[in-house]
Amino acid sequence: MIPSVLIGLPAQLRVLYDRDPSVFSPAGPRAARLATLGWTMVVVATIVFLFVLTVLLLPLWRRRNAPLVDGPAPPVNERAWVLYGGAAAPALVLAGIFILTLGAYRSAAPAGTTLTIEVIGHQWWWEIRYPDHLVQTANEIHIPVGRPVKILLRSVDVIHSFWVPNLAGKTDAIPGITNTSWLEADEPGTWRGTCAEYCGMQHAHMALSVVAQPEGEFARWVQNERATSAPPSDSATLDGEHVFLTSQCVYCHTVRGTQATGTIGPDLTHLASRLTLASGTLPNTRGNLAGWIENPDRIKPGTKMPAVPLDAAQLQAIITYLESLK
Amino acid sequence: MSTVTATFNSDVPRDPLPIRLTGTRSPGWWGMVFLCATEAMLFASFLGAYFFLRGSVESFGAEGGRYVPLTRPLIMTALLLASSGTAWWGEKGLKRGDGGRLRIGLALTFLLGVIFLLVQANEYANRDASWTISAYDSLFITITGFHGAHVAGGLLMNLYVQVRAWLGHFDAERHDAVSNAVFYWHFVDVVWLFILAVLYFSPRLF
Amino acid sequence: MADTIERVNVASLAERLDGTWKSPKTLYGSLASVDHKKIGKRYLATAFAFLLLGGLEAAAMRAQLARPESHLLSPEAYDQIFSMHGTTMIFWYASPILSGFSNYLVPLMLGARDMAFPRLNAFSYWTFLLSGIFIYASAFLGVMPHGGWFAYVPYTNAQYSPQLNMDFYALALLFLTISTTAGAINFIVTIFKSRCPGMSVSRMPLFMWSTLTASTAMVFSMPALTAALIFLEFDRRFGTHFYDPVRGGTPLLWQHLFWVFGHPWVYIIILPATGMASMIIPTFCRRPIVGHAYVALATVSTGIFGFGVWAHHMFATGMPGLATTFFSAASMGVSIPSGIQIFAWLATIWSARRHVLATPMLFMLGFICLFVIGGVSGVMTASVPFDWQATDTYFIVAHIHYVLVGINLFPVLAGFYFWLPKMTGRMLSERLGRWNFWVLFVGVNLTFFPMHFVGLRGMPRRVYTYPAGLGWDWLNLAESVGAVVTVIGVLLFIINVLWSRRYGAIAPANPWGASTLEWAVSSPPPEYNFAVIPTVRGRDPLWEAHDAILGRAGAEDLAPADPTRATARGGEEEAPVTVALQPWRVLDAGKEALESTLLDADPQAILRLPHDTLWPLVLSLALTALFVALLFKAPVWAALAGVACLAAIAGWLWPTPATFPPPRSVA
Repeated sequence: MIPSVLIGLPAQLRVLYDRDPSVFSPAGPRAARLATLGWTMVVVATIVFLFVLTVLLLPLWRRRNAPLVDGPAPPVNERAWVLYGGAAAPALVLAGIFILTLGAYRSAAPAGTTLTIEVIGHQWWWEIRYPDHLVQTANEIHIPVGRPVKILLRSVDVIHSFWVPNLAGKTDAIPGITNTSWLEADEPGTWRGTCAEYCGMQHAHMALSVVAQPEGEFARWVQNERATSAPPSDSATLDGEHVFLTSQCVYCHTVRGTQATGTIGPDLTHLASRLTLASGTLPNTRGNLAGWIENPDRIKPGTKMPAVPLDAAQLQAIITYLESLK
Repeated sequence: MSTVTATFNSDVPRDPLPIRLTGTRSPGWWGMVFLCATEAMLFASFLGAYFFLRGSVESFGAEGGRYVPLTRPLIMTALLLASSGTAWWGEKGLKRGDGGRLRIGLALTFLLGVIFLLVQANEYANRDASWTISAYDSLFITITGFHGAHVAGGLLMNLYVQVRAWLGHFDAERHDAVSNAVFYWHFVDVVWLFILAVLYFSPRLF
Repeated sequence: MADTIERVNVASLAERLDGTWKSPKTLYGSLASVDHKKIGKRYLATAFAFLLLGGLEAAAMRAQLARPESHLLSPEAYDQIFSMHGTTMIFWYASPILSGFSNYLVPLMLGARDMAFPRLNAFSYWTFLLSGIFIYASAFLGVMPHGGWFAYVPYTNAQYSPQLNMDFYALALLFLTISTTAGAINFIVTIFKSRCPGMSVSRMPLFMWSTLTASTAMVFSMPALTAALIFLEFDRRFGTHFYDPVRGGTPLLWQHLFWVFGHPWVYIIILPATGMASMIIPTFCRRPIVGHAYVALATVSTGIFGFGVWAHHMFATGMPGLATTFFSAASMGVSIPSGIQIFAWLATIWSARRHVLATPMLFMLGFICLFVIGGVSGVMTASVPFDWQATDTYFIVAHIHYVLVGINLFPVLAGFYFWLPKMTGRMLSERLGRWNFWVLFVGVNLTFFPMHFVGLRGMPRRVYTYPAGLGWDWLNLAESVGAVVTVIGVLLFIINVLWSRRYGAIAPANPWGASTLEWAVSSPPPEYNFAVIPTVRGRDPLWEAHDAILGRAGAEDLAPADPTRATARGGEEEAPVTVALQPWRVLDAGKEALESTLLDADPQAILRLPHDTLWPLVLSLALTALFVALLFKAPVWAALAGVACLAAIAGWLWPTPATFPPPRSVA
């Protein structure tokens, strides 16, 4: 119930993800190509640096504080040093890197995709839509394993940038422009994505999860997501639904199948099935949910979600209801 | 510190070099060249923004530019070109030692510049769209408005030089301030030709 | 015609010049001074103060980021602090500190008595100072800019940032632009027209090439920023639609304009520093630089190519493929001139007559290391697909700091160790200098090297905090420890400077045995720089004079330049050399300087330089009033301030006997 304590339980967040969100830990072919390119350049860069360091330090060893020879400076092959060493050799290395770059660049867009997902940036959460499946959710993308997925990026307010390091590089979500990115996972798993373009106070807490599932599992997830919320099955949930629907919550949130149709905040129809709360900030547990609703500003200072005045009983009722939205 | 003596040949004339009074490629002239260069880049940025928006944003609204009447801008062009001529004529006169011709030239230039601004004000008054309608209108007013401000700046320089001309500060050998003011005036003219081509003609051409 | 040789006492000449050139030691004298050396020192001190401010901001950020989910700073406070860190360092430290060196050194290295436009020079300084005070005034209202130094719209537009934060940013930068442009034009014209006879273009010191290139790049790149800021203020204030995608604008317009300015700016704040390297390294290798002409060409071409790479900041914005690959190739290509420069320095060190590892040289060696690291990481980010992963992460933070700390701060500190004795007349402590270097070198690497890893491990930049357990924790802690070490390193430098003021050894004219003209005059130089206008016959005049003493070449060029008779070895006495001086080498009929021709630097005319005046300060103050009025949307006050500006300009330009000598016919 005490949010500041909950924030102190970060390991809980980490266990949701299969890997660290590292560029060099790819989980799909696009990211793998970028990792290979990255490693190649790291190796080349290291060699270049060590070479320069050697050339720099060797002569210091040789002629340090030697007596001053009065006479012309030692001869030096100016052309060899400056033109061959300083221009031609780097040009060759750069040409090599550029060829690798072009190769990786051309293979960035897959030949064909069969699934399109719309990702829309908001301050500070991600709206996710599956136009072909009529699915609408937030902060969590499910994709089938082994299939390239097209991501259409938009923004409703400021510029955001969509980045899932294990799967693909960044693409900006810019107001007025629709950008395209692609995700492809080789293996089932859950990865962390984040906003990479500075977008205001809670830019730090604008993460999302990408869940890659085998086809069957993915189909079941789509099936569940496109359904409207199930009507409450017990009285506690029914109470909670009543409190929810008569609170300010409905101005911003939608729960399909009810009268809550706000579009400012995330769709909550299947909130309980998601991994995280507050855009990847907290693991989705009952305690975290309570802490978040009770005082959102304490967890994400500056968040657009207001603290709704609720007494303890109402809060518990709402949480019970939201927990039922599987 | 030691007192050391150096010697020089007193046979060479004491002062063979002229004191810098004026002239092209003087430090002052170069200063004006680079001032105009940076101003030119400002207008290049404005006009670049115009082409960028026109090329990349469908709802930019440059089609509106096709219907902007050409009468006023052509009159304004004629006024500015004529004013450059009078300025040149006046400066040339001063270089020949004719201070009166300078004063007449400057006064004519000033008059033509003021008429230019009046016509521009009239054009603004007759525009249907305010500059908060679309990015195109914002840009149109900003570019022409900044140019108008530069014309006004040129007129202030003109006024300043005018006053000094009446005080008899200038003659055939000393006209740095005159030359710089006239140089700036020509520059403002040339900028106008680019604006004319981009804002008034280009929507009709492509 | 018989030659009559007249012996002239240079000391009495110096006395006469003192009378003409010295500012009175009063408040008026210090406010009205137009002496480039005073202005240069003020630039250096002020820019260094901004470095400390920006450093404090960085320290606050590292304190916040030392541990995950830390609550030392609120997100809003963090956003303002990181924005001001970048803005301060880029605009009010990195460029002005180099302007400070250029201001002090350009006339001295050229053998000139002052800048081409001394009053404009004073005006540049006051405007720089007042614009800095203007932007930091926002701190007292609690509305420091919070959009990053890059200020991307729409976040910085009125809808998302309704307070004064971004108005402070936009107006302060417009204000500073005036200073920067005026300063740049002044450097260009000074280098064009005030070189001493003999210093043809091919003999110009490399620091002149880099200052010239950077200044020209400023003149041509600043307007793009001006345009972007004007559009931003119009959007914010008047409801125009330049950046509004709904009404035909686009946020990308800001990005293009900003980076058309921003990338040349990167070169503007590193090129003069590389020029300083090309002065310092040869001095401590006791030989002329290898490939002088190549380095000059590389400097100029970096400045030119710098205009063709801006969009590599925008690889993630979804640009068309052809443009993307073009900018990728261009961004890699721009590193080739840097390669030329680095190999010229390497060759110089390789073929040195002797290595003198004094503190300035240590900083130069550190600079080359950091330059190469920043350079290769720059090439990595020029590779578009890799940049999709690297951009907007701490990898870029690492890259930019290796570039800016490596190629700006290290040469600047080397420059201080090298030239401060010239400015103050006191040597800095070598011992403390070595400590300074090693502590700072370790601190900087410990702070910034782990940022490469933490960035590639997925940590975005500009986050006020981060969750624990993602592989970022201990790297961030290491960076914060490194920041502490860096702070100690900077403190050592300050201690050294303060120590030297009182206890430093008295600096001779040429303590390092360097080769250029600033070392021909006493430390500190007299107000008029050179009693007798020097002439040069090569690129390293003092070394050539030294050779001359050994009987290798003519000696008349430099010998009488300075009453203290500095020579290549520094302060050694020798017999006076009797030469026939052309009369324009002794300009003592008023505050006079020599104008020379553009390419060959042949003497052309005598310039009458202005005396001390308050007009530059008055104009700067009037401009400050104008910008304050604009900030608070007070049109009447703005109009009044505008009129005051015009009046100040008129007062400034109004002829005085000094600046407006009577025509020959009258005289």
